[in-house]
Amino acid sequence: MNTTLALYANYAIYSAIAVLTLAMLAYALYLSRAVPARGEVRDREVVMAGGGPGTAGASPSESATPVETVNAGARWSGVGLSFSTLAALLIGASLLLRGLAVHRPPLGNLYEFVCAASFFVMVGFVGWSRRRDLSWLGIFVVTPVLLMLMLAVKAFYTEASALMPALQSYWLSIHVSMAVISVAVFTLGAIVALLYLLVDRFERAGRAPGWARVLPGARDLERTAYSFHIVAFPLWTFTVIAGAIWARQAWASYWNWDPKEVWSFIIWVVYAAYLHARATTGVTRQKATWIAVAGFSCIIINYTIVNMFFVGQHSYAGT
Amino acid sequence: MTDIQQPKLSALGWARWAWRQLTSMRTALFLLLLLAVAALPGSIWPQRSIDPVRTANYIADHPRIGPWLDRLGFFEVYASPWFSAVYLLLFLSLVGCVLPRLRVHVRALRTPPPRVPARLARLEHHRELSVDLPPAEVLAQARVVLGRRYRVATTDKTLSAEGGYGRETGNLLFHVALLGIIVGVAIGHIFGWKGDVIVPVGTGFANTEIRYDTIQYGPRVNPRDFTPFSLTLDKLTVTFEDQVGGRGQFGSPRQFVADVTTHARPGAPGVRQTLAVNHPIEMDGATVFLLGNGYAPVITVRDKDGKVLYSQATPFLARDNNYTSSGAVKVSGASPKELGFFGNFLPTGVITDDQGPISIFPDARDPALALGLYEGELAPGGDGGSVYTLNTEKMTQVKADSGDILRIWLKPGETMKLPGDRGSITFDRVERWAGLSIRHDPARWLTLGSALLALGALIAQLTIKRRRVFVRVAPGDGATLVTLGALSKSDDAGLGDVLDKIGAAITSSAGSPRHTPPRQTPVRGSNR
Ligand code: HEM
Repeated sequence: MNTTLALYANYAIYSAIAVLTLAMLAYALYLSRAVPARGEVRDREVVMAGGGPGTAGASPSESATPVETVNAGARWSGVGLSFSTLAALLIGASLLLRGLAVHRPPLGNLYEFVCAASFFVMVGFVGWSRRRDLSWLGIFVVTPVLLMLMLAVKAFYTEASALMPALQSYWLSIHVSMAVISVAVFTLGAIVALLYLLVDRFERAGRAPGWARVLPGARDLERTAYSFHIVAFPLWTFTVIAGAIWARQAWASYWNWDPKEVWSFIIWVVYAAYLHARATTGVTRQKATWIAVAGFSCIIINYTIVNMFFVGQHSYAGT
Repeated sequence: MTDIQQPKLSALGWARWAWRQLTSMRTALFLLLLLAVAALPGSIWPQRSIDPVRTANYIADHPRIGPWLDRLGFFEVYASPWFSAVYLLLFLSLVGCVLPRLRVHVRALRTPPPRVPARLARLEHHRELSVDLPPAEVLAQARVVLGRRYRVATTDKTLSAEGGYGRETGNLLFHVALLGIIVGVAIGHIFGWKGDVIVPVGTGFANTEIRYDTIQYGPRVNPRDFTPFSLTLDKLTVTFEDQVGGRGQFGSPRQFVADVTTHARPGAPGVRQTLAVNHPIEMDGATVFLLGNGYAPVITVRDKDGKVLYSQATPFLARDNNYTSSGAVKVSGASPKELGFFGNFLPTGVITDDQGPISIFPDARDPALALGLYEGELAPGGDGGSVYTLNTEKMTQVKADSGDILRIWLKPGETMKLPGDRGSITFDRVERWAGLSIRHDPARWLTLGSALLALGALIAQLTIKRRRVFVRVAPGDGATLVTLGALSKSDDAGLGDVLDKIGAAITSSAGSPRHTPPRQTPVRGSNR
């Protein structure tokens, strides 16, 4: 155990929180600058009532937003992205330092898990930004990550240390890293899904607040949310399978209906229901998306309430 | 969808109707959501199969709703009729869904792609171009681009292709693999068994039914067929965190390792092996896991003449993270009355004002025994209860000479004389015990294989796109007019690219294009 490195790991997380706050402010400025003058709002309503922006694939913010507004905010979105990149690096550095401090993958307790999930959400966002203009998504990613990290530091913090015997296995790296990555992708999916539900409501009402003008159309958002989910779902499936294999190694039985297993199962079934709903004729995309949102609520419950209050073999993950 | 207006349905008609309802996608969706809800209570209430003690305590603590919840199966959710009903209906629905789709899919695999629709321009994705290339050459180029992933049918003026059958194959395989998982689980329950046993260091254990503290086996298991392997626990190494302070770490277990000697059958040569958490030992017909550990103080009880009445390592069960452990010493050979000691073993013992004797660290740094003494009948009516507790129904607590309740507090090596002529008790030393779990699940490879197959098939069905691509050529004014169109059954962002690729191949092989106005109809509507 190297306490100096562990201390630096904590400093890196505090810095990441500070930088994420700046990123959030920058993206907030971007959105507020994008608020058009009154006359423009009406234009936008017409566009929306007509069925969202044009061709799929084209950058939505460009196709839907008048040039001058984009220019007013673009600077801030660039600042937001720079801070986001820096935050991702800082969280990554913190994970690395903690891993070096304790000579093991930094995935042994809820605190480390949340940090790792935040890292992958940020990496996913920053990476995807390189291919597409995601200025519209910035604040909706940065804010939840910021909240997650603050919660991790305040409520879940666990001193850096070695692992208990049940966790001393290479399955830790396989099972938990997959869980973290899939939770990160589910998080991005849930963010876009919620934005879809919001924009869909605006479109159907025929009116939207000014900042919403930078968002892609509902149809585009829905497809994007789906794409995230079909990446995350097999990852989660693998997480559950790997967990079962490990459970047999460590606890003698591959499935014991331990509360954590119950919830992994519930999450899996709810997301399976989402994919099903999407393929079922007569079920609207809105309803299907609500199921995906329910799935994400289950993920949150799984990592908060279940970790901390339900008694089971996974209980060590809590405090 | 269903013929509601039909006046009367025969029994068969009703059965058909019910089957159609059950096997509809909507029902499957509903049952899936219901399954998630039905699984929930098992995480909220203690489950008897996992933690019988906590379950019993819960029922005792909730005398009103406890018995009702019990009757409704809330303490055995995953074996309850309602949970079983949901998943059995779901799997019935699945079979009813998969079988017809399998038939359709096999037929689709054998029929050639459909003919080119009359108006390709109506498809969501289409392109028109005119090139200096003979029609046959255009179709040949398209064929090259489509490659072997598509099944292609051509006439002299048209080409239709269909690809991505793997999507449906994956989908069917995925659903069938889910069946494989549940069959594997079921076989495991019917033909599998699991037993738990506590083994103090220096002692051994043989794989026979009576040797287990608890054992459960499926209806098709005969314990007399157990392979007669045996195992001796030579050494148990247990370490705890004592370097790092702070919440949740100090005192956490760090290492549980057992050195054991195994014998494949009586008389077979011993094999020295290491058994640890995460490192089970495979024996013939069963796997041995190290799951728990604790302390077994070696206790000797003598009568007033010094004759040994009881002397053995007595396992105590840990009740908290610092291994405050409770247990009992039952001296049935004592006379005139049987003696029963009951109390705590403390690996690092202190006496606190508010909680009495407790342990403050899980390792045996300063071990102590804190016991009380009862005398009377240990097993009234043959019921002595568990070996870790006393049934004090027919016993009375022994008082010290002072008249207070007798409190025994012993450190290793110490002996205490008992009041009256009851003899003495000695705490010789501390041993550890290992909690072993021995399991046999003949179907676990089926379950695992099915799960992995399901995963692979899932990836296939989610990534492969079922596509149809059409090409029509018509002689134009000196050039060939080519119309391309494509259709997909699912969201398919890459569909336009396929047409672009074909278009590019055709134009490049024709040299410079005459005019290429690739057009694409705008996307309409927010729902398909
Ligand atoms: C154990 C229960 C089931 C689970 C966990 C499950 C899960 C899934 C998943 C994850 C998909 C992928 C969705 C996609 O392709 O986007 C899917 C597709 C599908 N499932 Fe199920 N399913 C189950 C039962 C059923 C049943 C009972 C039916 C029939 C009534 C059914 C019919 C289908 C169909 C037709 C598709 C293809 C949808 C498409 O066109 O993509 N499934 N299922």
